[in-house]
Amino acid sequence: MSDVKIRLRELSKVFQTQAGPFTALAPMTLDIPAGCFFMIVGPSGCGKTTLLRILAGLEKPSGGSLEITKPAADRPSNSMVFQGDSLFPWMTVFENAAYGLRMRKRPEGEIRDVVGHYLQRTGLSRFHNSYPHQLSGGMRQRVSIARAFANDPDILLMDEPFSALDEQNKILLQEELLRIWEETRKTVMFITHSVDEAVTLGDRIMIMTAHPGRAKQIVDVPFERPRRVLELRAKPEYGELVYSIWGHLRDEVQRARALDEGTAS
Amino acid sequence: MKPASPFRLSKDTVERLLNFASPMILLLIWEACARLALIDVRFFPAPSKIFTQFLVMVENGLLWKHFWASMQRLFWGFLFGGVPALVLGVAMGLSRPLRMLVEPLVSATYPVPKSAILPLVLLIFGLGESSKIVMVGIGIFFPIVINAMAGVLEIQKIYFDVSKNFGASRWQVFRTVALPGAMPLILTGVKLGIGMGLVLISIAEMVGAKSGLGFMMWNAWEILSVETMYVGLIVIAVLGIVFSQIVTEIERLIVPWRNGR
Repeated sequence: MSDVKIRLRELSKVFQTQAGPFTALAPMTLDIPAGCFFMIVGPSGCGKTTLLRILAGLEKPSGGSLEITKPAADRPSNSMVFQGDSLFPWMTVFENAAYGLRMRKRPEGEIRDVVGHYLQRTGLSRFHNSYPHQLSGGMRQRVSIARAFANDPDILLMDEPFSALDEQNKILLQEELLRIWEETRKTVMFITHSVDEAVTLGDRIMIMTAHPGRAKQIVDVPFERPRRVLELRAKPEYGELVYSIWGHLRDEVQRARALDEGTAS
Repeated sequence: MKPASPFRLSKDTVERLLNFASPMILLLIWEACARLALIDVRFFPAPSKIFTQFLVMVENGLLWKHFWASMQRLFWGFLFGGVPALVLGVAMGLSRPLRMLVEPLVSATYPVPKSAILPLVLLIFGLGESSKIVMVGIGIFFPIVINAMAGVLEIQKIYFDVSKNFGASRWQVFRTVALPGAMPLILTGVKLGIGMGLVLISIAEMVGAKSGLGFMMWNAWEILSVETMYVGLIVIAVLGIVFSQIVTEIERLIVPWRNGR
């Protein structure tokens, strides 16, 4: 875990809006080690999605620098699991999961094997010819995860992938994600607004402030891997850590709410 | 529970029969009125007379000749008008600069009645096949270009984000996101365009052709063969229905993800 995979130096993002410039992300300096399961928690509107979109190459930073260690030539740098429905409705489950590999023009045999493996790992083998609208929300998000893993990226970016799911599905998918992740131990950057989720999944948690977004605190998660979600949650240390992170976060959530109310009135 | 009577028809069959019944009843009334001289048979010949004329024209090969001439023009017109419209429309949906560049031209030329430019088309392309093909092409071009562009603009932004994040090239974005995403609206455009194409081929052939269903009907007026005129009308109406059914079948095949929504 010593090599630095992602290196941010004074990275910032300012959007030009009609009401003038809006700082979504204040200058941020951060190192993320290779193989780290890095969690970002913060109130809504703290710029965490903006940060992820910059890493994904979907937004350009306004200032500062971003360095990502380059993977081997034939591997993609990152793949994103998007928030909400991002599966192509016109493709079957298999075609959706194969999307990254198809775009990289990998041989069909390899695509069949790799995609088959991840569809099996996510329990979707039976549905490989189904279309997304025939699946439940939890299954759709599984396909989304299979799509990102099948692409074999160096870094996985996950933008609140489970936020739309009910509690049972969320726990199941967290378990599955941890199990699949254990196979490869890729570097992960995972956004959530759930402290429980952050502590359950992460090696390290960054708590962000509201408007403008900046890092308030970085907390290490000491729990052993591989983890089992429910067993972990039964431990007293788990509760203590969640409680202390909530302490950091509460001020921010309240501040964000005050700001929202200020702008609303 | 009562056992199903063997004489009971399924709801589906009943609806199909009802669909079939209304035109049949109309034809029967028409036939009766014609025979009882309640209507002027010079203008409204009895359906049986029209059908006889239809058989005569099938036998002497005239109907086939005109039908085939029109079909060929329609085919080339759909091809030369439809394919560029599809590519241009999707490209306009994808590229804002291209849209800004081309959209004013489309909006300015779209409301011009297509039949009104027939003289100009005849002047430019002459009396040969090309002027007819151009007319059909113009007819199908507009509904497809407008629908294809609207179809792409309706695709949610997240799908373009996904394709970008997974490293799709411009061509791959076109093929895997823009085209399939816009396909439902494109097919609606195709249906509208086919209707337009049939209108325009009839008009174009009436004025500037020596073959085709349009010519056949115009010629029938000139020699006062009213039955022939009706044969032409019915063939064109049936063509419209058949084409529309074909597109619906194609839709079922290439937009399976729309089924059941």
